[in-house]
Amino acid sequence: MKKIILMGNPNVGKSVIFSRLTGANVIASNYPGTTVDFSKGSMRLEGEKYEIIDAPGTYSLTPSNKAEQVALKLFEEGDIIINVVNATNLERNLYLTLEILEKKKPTIIALNLWDEAKHTGINIDVEKLEKILGIPIVPTTALTGEGIKELISRIKEARASRIKPSSEKEKWIKIGKIIKSVEKVEHRHHTIKETISDATIKPVTGIPLAFVIIIASFWIVRFIGETLVNYIFDPIFQIYKPIALQISHLLGPGVLHDIIIGRLVNGDISFMESMGLLTTGIYVPFAAVLPYIIAFYLILSILEDSGYLPRLATLVDNVFHKLGMHGHSIVTVFLGLGCNVPGALSTRILETRKQRFISATLLAISVPCMAQTAMVFGILGRYGFQYILIVFLTLLTLYLLMGLLLNRIIKGESPEIFLEIPPYRRPSALATLKKTWMRMRWFLKDAIPWLFLGVVLVNVLYSLGFIDWIGNLFAPVIEGVLGLSRGATTALLVGFLRKDLAVGMLLPLNMTPYQLVIAATILTIYFPCVATFTVLLRELGLKDMIKSTLIMVLTALTVGGILRLILIGL
Amino acid sequence: MSKVVVPLTELTERLEGRIVELRGGFGFQRKVRVMGFREGKKIRVISVQPAGGPLTIEIGGSRITIGRGMAQRIFVEVEQ
Repeated sequence: MKKIILMGNPNVGKSVIFSRLTGANVIASNYPGTTVDFSKGSMRLEGEKYEIIDAPGTYSLTPSNKAEQVALKLFEEGDIIINVVNATNLERNLYLTLEILEKKKPTIIALNLWDEAKHTGINIDVEKLEKILGIPIVPTTALTGEGIKELISRIKEARASRIKPSSEKEKWIKIGKIIKSVEKVEHRHHTIKETISDATIKPVTGIPLAFVIIIASFWIVRFIGETLVNYIFDPIFQIYKPIALQISHLLGPGVLHDIIIGRLVNGDISFMESMGLLTTGIYVPFAAVLPYIIAFYLILSILEDSGYLPRLATLVDNVFHKLGMHGHSIVTVFLGLGCNVPGALSTRILETRKQRFISATLLAISVPCMAQTAMVFGILGRYGFQYILIVFLTLLTLYLLMGLLLNRIIKGESPEIFLEIPPYRRPSALATLKKTWMRMRWFLKDAIPWLFLGVVLVNVLYSLGFIDWIGNLFAPVIEGVLGLSRGATTALLVGFLRKDLAVGMLLPLNMTPYQLVIAATILTIYFPCVATFTVLLRELGLKDMIKSTLIMVLTALTVGGILRLILIGL
Repeated sequence: MSKVVVPLTELTERLEGRIVELRGGFGFQRKVRVMGFREGKKIRVISVQPAGGPLTIEIGGSRITIGRGMAQRIFVEVEQ
């Protein structure tokens, strides 16, 4: 199948064009040998099927990070290139365009954000530009769909340009000449959009606004999540419960019953505690976690696509720079709050090994994913909000302290922030929904197999007596150092597979709220779940991953011990 | 009116200047050039984050956040 590659600078609306060109069948894939993901879809053109790939955004074909390296590799594999160009900033975008044209691949340009350019008083002579570059150019406004039909109908006209290769300096001179002959800019006034943009980036107004936006976002996530649970997912499981009980009767007692249905609590199924495949195994991912994942990624996609995140990155850069990263790492934290896997993947946008190591290690140590957060609320919510607050404040403190520490210890450079702040744009409903759906699939694909494995493992190990054995083995640490019940060992063990399952296992142990606080905190810190671990392993390499893991275990024991002394005493 | 050349970091909010020199290695020069920082370009400071934080500037119709260390190596001409 022939490959069409979408190439362009970041923030030019590439993914909106991508979602316009492709149907529903879009998947995120990893580039072989890396963890950089890109979207892949297909389209039909005059009866022939093409694969369309949305390459990571890049400013030039000389890569400066992993994502740009992948963009270059994808470009080289492409049969047809659609170069998405930002009409509001033609001059800067033309650099990549010239680099692309020098490679003599069939190319067509989508001159996107055409309406925005018109509104801001920028006029581009498209015919003249077509003549100079020698390839077809189609003005588009992907958000409204304007120009997309023409783009599709002209893809076949894509051809190699006659532009001759030139040095970097010559390219800039060439670009200067092109701009002079095709672009006219009318004087314009400061728009309301720009005033809002400035207010959200200036520290005096921007910092209070950031607090309002973040708190409002989490409130909305909680509201949507709770609504989904109460009105959709819980009712479904209430209807399902008699069926599960029927299966339980049919199976009768035995190992098979334990694996499929689990233990009955007071003769009834408890979806949180029973630990069977058809009870806890499906309830936890679908009814307890998924609603919040959907809500979270929906809001995050809107924050991303509206253009707010780069502003937030600017405001927090100062703090993150002291922790050895830069403001862009806030994206890793936010993605990680949904699921640590996409969080770990997002560290690829950082430039150096030091930044990636710190960002990934801190993510694994102190950013709880939505599965964990939902569970922490689940086990501690009944005792009062102050207990939940202890867990989250501990994690926040830890993030800052460990960052300061790692910044001193880890060798290497941490380059400064250098980030484009796109104008605010209305997010496209289509692109937002597709993005949320793809991230949701990440969660389901990764979570469910491990949850099932966890459930089976727990039951098999119980019946073999292994759980008691390991409980005794680790008793000095679990009871002595951390002050927890012996049974918590099993939960910590299962936490290697899935954290949400582990938190559920703490419930029947009858621990005090403070013990639960310690257990929940340790569960977050000591190790990422298997899915995150495998991604981090590929991302960081074996040596750094071992280092990172040692840091995690040591931190967990230290923090657990300190919390125990403060909350419970000796 | 006389003109002076200062590093970008000396520009206060709302002030406009013209880039005259990018001081740094080949890698640095390319990195900032592809983002629109080139000799002769008009540049305006939008905001400065406190305590040594980054600057946000406007250049060629786009806004860019740039760390202070990098901004120190970009020299601009301003009217006094």
